[in-house]
Amino acid sequence: MTSRYPTHWRKPPQILTHPVWRPIIWILAAVYLVLAIGSLEVNWVRVSEGLERGWRFVQGFLVPDFSSRWTDISIGLVESLTMTLTSTIVGILISVPIGIGAARNLSPAWMYMICRSIIAISRSLQEIIVAIFFVALFGFGPFAGFLTLSFATIGFLSKLLAEDIEDIDESQVEAIRATGAGFWQIINYAIQPQVMPRLVGLSLYRLDINFRESSVIGIVGAGGIGATLNTAIDRYEYDSAGAILIIIIMIVFAVEYSSSYIRRWLQ
Amino acid sequence: MRLEDLNWQYRSRLQRLAIWFAWLLTVALFVWCWNLMTRDTIWLFVWDAPTQAADLGSRMMPPRWSYLPELMQPLWDTLNIATLGTLGGVILAVPVAFMAARNTTPSRLLLRPIALGIIVTSRSINSLIWALLLVAIIGPGLLAGIIAIALRSIGFIGKLLYEAIEEIDEKQVEAVRATGASGFQVMHYGIVPQILPAFFGITVFRWDINIRESTILGLVGAGGIGLKLQSSLNVLAWPQVTMILLLILLTVVASEWISAKVRSAII
Repeated sequence: MTSRYPTHWRKPPQILTHPVWRPIIWILAAVYLVLAIGSLEVNWVRVSEGLERGWRFVQGFLVPDFSSRWTDISIGLVESLTMTLTSTIVGILISVPIGIGAARNLSPAWMYMICRSIIAISRSLQEIIVAIFFVALFGFGPFAGFLTLSFATIGFLSKLLAEDIEDIDESQVEAIRATGAGFWQIINYAIQPQVMPRLVGLSLYRLDINFRESSVIGIVGAGGIGATLNTAIDRYEYDSAGAILIIIIMIVFAVEYSSSYIRRWLQ
Repeated sequence: MRLEDLNWQYRSRLQRLAIWFAWLLTVALFVWCWNLMTRDTIWLFVWDAPTQAADLGSRMMPPRWSYLPELMQPLWDTLNIATLGTLGGVILAVPVAFMAARNTTPSRLLLRPIALGIIVTSRSINSLIWALLLVAIIGPGLLAGIIAIALRSIGFIGKLLYEAIEEIDEKQVEAVRATGASGFQVMHYGIVPQILPAFFGITVFRWDINIRESTILGLVGAGGIGLKLQSSLNVLAWPQVTMILLLILLTVVASEWISAKVRSAII
């Protein structure tokens, strides 16, 4: 007597196990797609005219022109780089106390609420929108950009630092507390050594993000290389725009590579 | 033996000197950058900021609620830019990720560096800059926004997905291959089931970020609610700006909530 085994195997459903839900989801997705694509109004004549211009941009990117706008590019670049560095340092200095305040295992409830709401405000507002307001308040130029990036750094770093402090090994804190240490001594000897490598890593990562953002907020007048890029594109100088983009890509690549190297060296 | 000799210290004299010197260098660098950055800052505008802020605050309040119905069409456009852009980004990113992953790439010398280059280029240029370029090339409108979002998403999704592919369990692939499966079948039964949860998680995460970014793409003419923001800012209609910002905040919070729900359901 031979038992028959099935020769075909079907993959069991992973996520939506109920049979009714799958077609409903597919139908909803199809309806949405039809509606969304239907509400697009595309001027195909304009697009096909643009393709020629797009080709000129590709050529400009392949044969970039660094020299004819070099003074503008270097001014923008210096603004971007200085803005990135100063805002990252100021952001770290402000976000360390806020991060400590937003860690549930260290601070009282009222302090926790205040610091968490600062983080929530900083995280929910985008850099560009913050930059528009800071430009309106503080005038055009890199100072507004510096404030924008510092503000954005606070939300990012304090949140991750607070989560890191909440995840520490409590027994080390207890050991230090058992020696009769005060609050600051606990922070210095029990918490700081545990979170320091990650804090350095996060700061380097934020430096990288701040540079990328500094190339954008210039579009709304907050200084940096974004303003130069905006001008170059407005004047249809695609070779200069290509040069600026190549510089941005190279710097981002260099910062990312060196920061990942430093992080590996620290751990 | 003197008492000082019994005092234990964590670092040697030379190490302490080196650390002190590093701090000095950081402070010097900061001061230098600060001076370079604020060379052209008009401090009169900066000190004037609190009065400006009070003035702006009084103009922005209360929000113009009657403007809300007019914002529904741009909001729908914004959601479409983000969703269709994510869809396009996913379609483009999947082949790039398979080419970039060390264990699935067809050619390690030629295709892998190209794929990594695509990922780096896409990641280092912000979606607002992509939109700026595309508006100049194919004209203002939703299509420019969708393509900008898609191009920016390739780098993000591609990078996270290729890292997920590199971390798969090779034994399963080997087991499927040992049954005599073809290359496509190995992909379908050995690799795809392993990366599918990560894939959905990454996609929803990127969709959430894209909603955030598509709200401001209109500032450079790429459609959506940012277009209304730009026109309200241009005519200094601050109550309308407040209304738009409230709506953006609500959208961002809602998309973050949806994305968190979906990701916790998958993982």
